[in-house]
Formats: sequence, structure tokens, C-alpha cells
Amino acid sequence: MAILVIAEHDNQSLKAATLNTVGAAAQLGGEVHVLVAGAGCGAVGEAATKIAGVAKVLVCDAPHYEAQGAENVAELVKGLAGGYSHILAAATPAGKNMAPRVAALLDVAQISEIVAVEAPDTFVRPIYAGNALATVKSADAVKVITVRTTAFEAAGEGGAAAVESVPAAADLGLSALVSRELVKSERPELGAAKVIVAGGRGLGSAENFHGLLEPLADKLGAAIGASRAAVDAGYCPNDYQVGQTGKVVAPQLYIAVGVSGAIQHLAGMKDSKVIVAINKDPDAPIFQVADYGLVGDLFQVVPELTAAIG
Amino acid sequence: MKILVPVKRVVDYNVKVRVKADGSGVDIANVKMSMNPFDEIGVEEAVRLKEAGVATEVVAVSCGLAASQETLRAAMAMGADRGILVETDAELQPLAVAKLLKAVCDKEQPQLVICGKQAIDDDANQTGQMLAALAGWPQATFASKVSIADGKASVMREIDGGVETLSVTLPAVVTTDLRLNEPRYATLPNIMKAKKKPLETVKPADLGVDVAPRLATLKVSEPAQRKAGEMVADVAQLVDKLKNVAKVI
Ligand SMILES: Cc1cc2nc3c(=O)[nH]c(=O)nc-3n(C[C@H](O)[C@H](O)[C@H](O)COP(=O)(O)OP(=O)(O)OC[C@H]3O[C@@H](n4cnc5c(N)ncnc54)[C@H](O)[C@@H]3O)c2cc1C
Repeated sequence: MAILVIAEHDNQSLKAATLNTVGAAAQLGGEVHVLVAGAGCGAVGEAATKIAGVAKVLVCDAPHYEAQGAENVAELVKGLAGGYSHILAAATPAGKNMAPRVAALLDVAQISEIVAVEAPDTFVRPIYAGNALATVKSADAVKVITVRTTAFEAAGEGGAAAVESVPAAADLGLSALVSRELVKSERPELGAAKVIVAGGRGLGSAENFHGLLEPLADKLGAAIGASRAAVDAGYCPNDYQVGQTGKVVAPQLYIAVGVSGAIQHLAGMKDSKVIVAINKDPDAPIFQVADYGLVGDLFQVVPELTAAIG
Repeated sequence: MKILVPVKRVVDYNVKVRVKADGSGVDIANVKMSMNPFDEIGVEEAVRLKEAGVATEVVAVSCGLAASQETLRAAMAMGADRGILVETDAELQPLAVAKLLKAVCDKEQPQLVICGKQAIDDDANQTGQMLAALAGWPQATFASKVSIADGKASVMREIDGGVETLSVTLPAVVTTDLRLNEPRYATLPNIMKAKKKPLETVKPADLGVDVAPRLATLKVSEPAQRKAGEMVADVAQLVDKLKNVAKVI
């Protein structure tokens, strides 16, 4: 049977997370189809046809999918589910919002945030903030899964899938989008960045957070992340939060500045290739996961580091 | 308006759990248990809506072991009016909990259910969405602001790249994110008062719900540990390491 990947997109472009989800789908054995549900989303459907390993792209284009509300999209997916052994979405806020609704409509379990595929019915997923890994086997006919994108290679380009347009399901009219405020940034996306500079409460203020971290991030071509404490204190937007209940990242280089290294923060970044910690407290737990630790005052160290990088 | 708040008893967020040597699970004997932090945020929000005159009653519900009574008492000490325990020793997975909550909703007819967005033990992030699906209600997940007016909830929610505001018809399910509010500490008098609030116990069978797990846990293992790193003396040494040893800049 085939595998359905629910594409993540904004009606204009396909999000990179979709490529990692297709990467996971490719390990399940079966034809991979991608569903693009949106409004005026033809270009996204077109882009999805080029993903390597995708056999078919289903495009459902209707006004009531514009905001991609979970209620309407889940209803659509429920109608399509009959032909599929697996339904996958990325473990992003959008995927986490949608996938459980799909699973419940199908009366099946949902398997959250898998990091490995052991067999088509057996998956590995982190529990307890990543302090344990559970291997779970599903007995359900359809497996509804969200995929931790950092754990799977992105599918490449070079596909030539066929596009099929699918009829819309009814508009349930349960929910309306009033407004959406997206933070505009020239920086790479946190989830896909090769380098991340992350700041914690140690930065002390929004001015310091941006004033110190941005020049460093600029030099490194880095994305900026944050601890929960930094977000709660209003130093930066919520979507910078890295951790158990924020974003999970795994860049080549993660520089933690003024972050203590709580379990919940480590859960989001401990799979980074190289971790650097800058903290004035030599006993900060962040040093236990750091490849390179520098004990010092960040107000002195960070500008020095920015200057020292060519 | 009645608000239902599901609360889960979980290992306290400060505890670093250990995987059992035989790979059968994590060792939670003798560790501190608390209310799931996201559920505390849910209780707080419901109680604030009651204090603001929007809600008339706040009912806390917990599914699980008899010890979950403590969690219900904690919710009542924060201001919930009464508690319902769906008591079972069986392993409960999110779909089963959603079905139990759906059955409780059928009986209680709340206008709003406020769940935590995820429990910090299984990190599933599913129950609220599943309940909404089973009830045919809208869902507003990962909420950082909730207001109720004219039979609708206006919910600001945290999404990739920023925030959005949804207007959903009631009844609805809202799930809480960290920034929705800061839960209060229960005062001693309120803890005492909570002991006298009504707590009803039912069994899954009374609700006609099959809670059999759909996922079998084959094993639980320790994640790969990072190798201990090294301390560098200054910025020059750090840059040298990053350039010439790690080769990441
Ligand atoms: C349910 C729940 C979910 C959570 N989810 C997340 C999550 O997803 N992500 C997350 O990050 N947290 C999360 N947390 C919060 C987490 O427990 C910690 O509170 C948080 O990570 C701490 O942030 P911090 O390291 O910035 O702050 P702190 O712990 O206050 O650490 C600040 C650090 O800065 C250092 N410092 C201060 N001044 C300087 C200076 N001048 N120079 C150098 N160093 C300095 C200090 O030594 C200290 O180590 C969650 C908590 C709960 C209960």
C-alpha cells in the first residue's frame, strides 16, 4: 500500500520539513504520495512533484483550506486514508496540530515524533524530554505518524511525480483565522540551520539579546534560538524557543550563550554535532553536554568571539 | 459556562528519569510526582475565566491510578470546583484518554475543555486534538491567549514563525502553551478547602470505553550519551578548536 505525506506549506512554497518527512516515508517501503491541501497552492503542488522518490502529488485546492485549519484538513485526509498504510506529517506545530485529529477520526493511535523506523510497524520515539527512547509497535491498520525532521535526511530533487487534483471535503465551518503575525527574518530557519546561536536569561534584556547575538549570528550565517526563560522574559519571539516543548534542532554548531542547560532545553539541542557553551557559572549543566566550554562573562566573551571570527 | 480541565499525574519536571536496566520502561518508583505543568496552566486559565465571570464552574478530570486523586485535589486547591477521577490501573494511551474524556463531556456538557498541549512524560501532544476530533468540535492548540465572547473563543496560538489568532465556535478544545499564564501557588487555606470539595470516581467500563492500548512498547532504552568535552581558556583557543579541530566554522 502507498504512504501519504501531508505537505507543510504556506500556499506559496513548500516547507523544508516536508522533505525530511518524505525521507522518513522512503524507509517504510511503498509508493510515496504527497498531499498539498491549500488555496491557490498550485505552485506548491508543482514543487512537490520534483521531490525525489515521490510517485504522486494530490492537490486539493479550495478556499476553505487557505488557513489549513486542522478541522477541515483532517476531514479531507480521513476521506483519502482508505488507500494508505501510513499517513505522515512533520512534527512541527502544524503537523502536531493536525495528525492526532486525523488519527482519532480513523480510530487509530498516533505515533509522535519518531526518530527511527525499525520496521513498517515499529518506530523509535523519545519520551521524558529525550531521556529515554521507546520502541513502539503499532497494531493499527493505518499508522498516523509525526516525524522529527532532524532525525531523517531530506529527500533530494529529481522527481517527476504526476499531479492529481482531489475534490475538497465539506467546509466544517468550526474555525476561522482572524490574523497571523509572522516574524520576518533574513536568517536561516531554525530547523534547517547549520549554525545556531542561542541565548538564555543570562543576556538580561531584549537589547542585549539582539545587540550581542545578532552580530555573531551574522558572521556565522546562523539562525538565532533561545531558552524558554529568554522567550518568557520577552527578549525574543516565541518561535525561537528550543527544547522539549519548543523546537528540536540538530545543527553542525550550536553556541549556547547564558543558557544554564535545563533538561527541557537539552532535549531540543543535544543532537547538535558540536556544542559550545559560554556561561559564567562553571557548574552550569550545559557544560556536561558541551564539546567546548568557556567559563566567562558573556558580555565580554561574545563581542570578542564576534571580532575573532573572520 | 462550564469548563472541563483534564489533569495528568506525571513525574515532576525537575526529575531526570532513569531507564530500567531490563529495558522495560523508566524507573518511577519513589520519584516525585506532580501535575503536568501544561495542565496547571489549563487549570489556572479556567479559574481565571471563572474569576472574570465568564465561567460558572470548573471541573477537573483525571484518568489513571487512584493516586491521581492528589492531582485532582491540587487542581481544586488552585480553584477547580470539583473533580472526576476515571480510575484504572491499565496503561492509558492518548486515544483511550480522549475517548474517556469524550464520554465525560457527553455527561457534563462543558462549553470549553482546556487541556495541556503535551504531557511531559510521554511527550505525545495528542489528547486535546483527539478529543476535539471525537466530539466534532474545533480545536485551538498551543494557546498563548484566550478570550470568550458571543459563543466563540478567540485564541492566539503559537505557530511556526510567529502567532495566529483563531475564532472557534463553542464548544471547543483549547490546549495550553507555556506563555498562556503563570499558574498560582495554592495557599494553605485553599489546600484545606480542596479536601472538602466533591470528588467522584468512575471506571472506564462505567463510561463504556475500551481503553486497550494500540501501541505495544517493545523496549525503552537509554539515548546515546554525548562524550565529555573540554574547557577552553579563552576566545582564541575556542576559535582555533572550531576552525581546526571541529572544522565547523
Ligand atoms: C513544562 C516545561 C517545559 C519547558 N520547556 C522548555 C523548552 O522547551 N526550552 C527551554 O529552554 N526551557 C524549557 N523549560 C524551562 C527550563 O526548565 C528552564 O527554566 C529554562 O531552560 C532556563 O532558561 P535559561 O537557561 O535561559 O535560564 P537560567 O536557568 O536562569 O540560566 C541562565 C544562565 O545564564 C548564566 N549567566 C547569567 N549571566 C551571565 C553572564 N553575564 N555571562 C555568562 N553567563 C551568564 C547563568 O550562569 C545561568 O547558567 C520548560 C519548563 C517546563 C516546566
